[in-house]
Amino acid sequence: MAEARIGQPATGEVPFRGGGFRPRPVRYVGVTVFVIVLLVLEWGTRAGWISNLTLPRPSDVALTLWRLAETGLLWDHLLPSLGRFAVGSAMGATAGIALGIIIGLFSLARAGLVPVVAAIFPIPKIALLPLFVIWFGIGEGSKYALIALGTFTPTVVATYGAVDNVDRTLIRMGQSFGLSWASIVRKIVLPGALPGILSGLRISLAIAIILLTAAEMIGARYGIGAYVLEAGSLYDLERLFAGVTILSVLGVTVNWILAKIEARVLAWRA
Amino acid sequence: MELRLDGIRHAYGETDVLDGISLDIPSGRIVCVIGPSGCGKSTLLRLIGGLERPTEGQVIQLGAPPAGSLNPLTYIFQDFALLPWRTVAGNVSLVLEDHPVSRSEREDTIADVLIRTGLIEFRDALPKNLSGGMKQRVAIARALAVRPAVWLMDEPLSALDAQTRELLMDDLVGLWSREPFTAIYVTHNLAEAVRLGHRIVVLSRRPGRIREVIEVRAPLEARKTADPNLEAHQRRLWSLIREEAEAADRELVGG
Repeated sequence: MAEARIGQPATGEVPFRGGGFRPRPVRYVGVTVFVIVLLVLEWGTRAGWISNLTLPRPSDVALTLWRLAETGLLWDHLLPSLGRFAVGSAMGATAGIALGIIIGLFSLARAGLVPVVAAIFPIPKIALLPLFVIWFGIGEGSKYALIALGTFTPTVVATYGAVDNVDRTLIRMGQSFGLSWASIVRKIVLPGALPGILSGLRISLAIAIILLTAAEMIGARYGIGAYVLEAGSLYDLERLFAGVTILSVLGVTVNWILAKIEARVLAWRA
Repeated sequence: MELRLDGIRHAYGETDVLDGISLDIPSGRIVCVIGPSGCGKSTLLRLIGGLERPTEGQVIQLGAPPAGSLNPLTYIFQDFALLPWRTVAGNVSLVLEDHPVSRSEREDTIADVLIRTGLIEFRDALPKNLSGGMKQRVAIARALAVRPAVWLMDEPLSALDAQTRELLMDDLVGLWSREPFTAIYVTHNLAEAVRLGHRIVVLSRRPGRIREVIEVRAPLEARKTADPNLEAHQRRLWSLIREEAEAADRELVGG
């Protein structure tokens, strides 16, 4: 038996073969990767093996951003964008959560509305922008509407999914103790659905940023989207990338805020 | 207050799960219901507590529940059914908030039941930080808070390990000896049945019918784990249930 397998000594320590398959946080690696990519780009553009028609120099983009902030133009573009993002996504998310809960609680609403939501969901909302311009005007109205509709559908789907996933034994428990319908909804269904709603919001808000940029590319003088569009049509790569960087930072910030909120309100999760 | 089950039959679609169940639940006694898995024990308990309607027959309440009982028919669930986002005290509070009790009365009740179940020092802990035994004690405290007339216990110890089960059985015996309560205790564990039951109802496999009702006369407090008398009862139950369990084991699920 001992000689049966080649290379395996007859006596010795049992080889370790467990471990792995468990993600763990590794500090500073994310930042390091970022820095290395930027350094390589900087070197490439300076040495000339990346043509300045392909990519701008990272240091030039940083300089452009700095000047934007210095001249105050950054705020002229950023503040309207933040306002549109906040108003549009707040409208869409509020309506989406409300309708999602109604669909989750009432079979009639579910039967009637789920097909409608399913039909709206795959429409690229940007395609509707011209229509919204007619309905809500070229001003802020059409931008709010576009962002709101874009956040609305994924929020509805995530919310009623979250309500469906609330542990039924907890609801039966509530009923068996004679809790009122309103109490069951408020104290059992809503807190139970909260994790699902929050993870749905992450997706909805990322979509909101995409639609914000798209909306600002039509009929806006100020806004990050307008800034990026203008830079693109002039083939001004430094400004294009400065705008894209701002959008990326916006997305990361929104995600970070949501993560903080989750850590606070979902501390009860194991 | 007593309960009477009168000719209960229950079916899910085409499948009969319970048939011809007639049974009296006397006040101040623990009635254990045992049977092979899938014999409809848990369904029977849901019918008794009004969480489901029997296809035929009825569950009758004889007499009024004692004054002060907030929720006459109260469950203890196998999986505890605690709200994970509420603390121990919050979980007890949940079942009092819909009743017209003043805030201070509610606080008093919560403190009282947590002391009786030995949980007072854990009142602000979240369920995720409690062991299985502690979680079930919280569920027991929650039930105590509404002063039930009849306890409906659905395999309350089945999710716990053998040692914790012993401890909780002692707790239950202690609670009952101080203040005898009426309970229907569903289990598949014969040792629990002979330890806690004044009366043991043996169900056949699906559709569940009452095969036999056994009285265990020894007082609860006097029953010990390796008591020869109890073991005789347990052997008798096993001989009754064994064939049924074997047959149930070989059935196709959902067939």
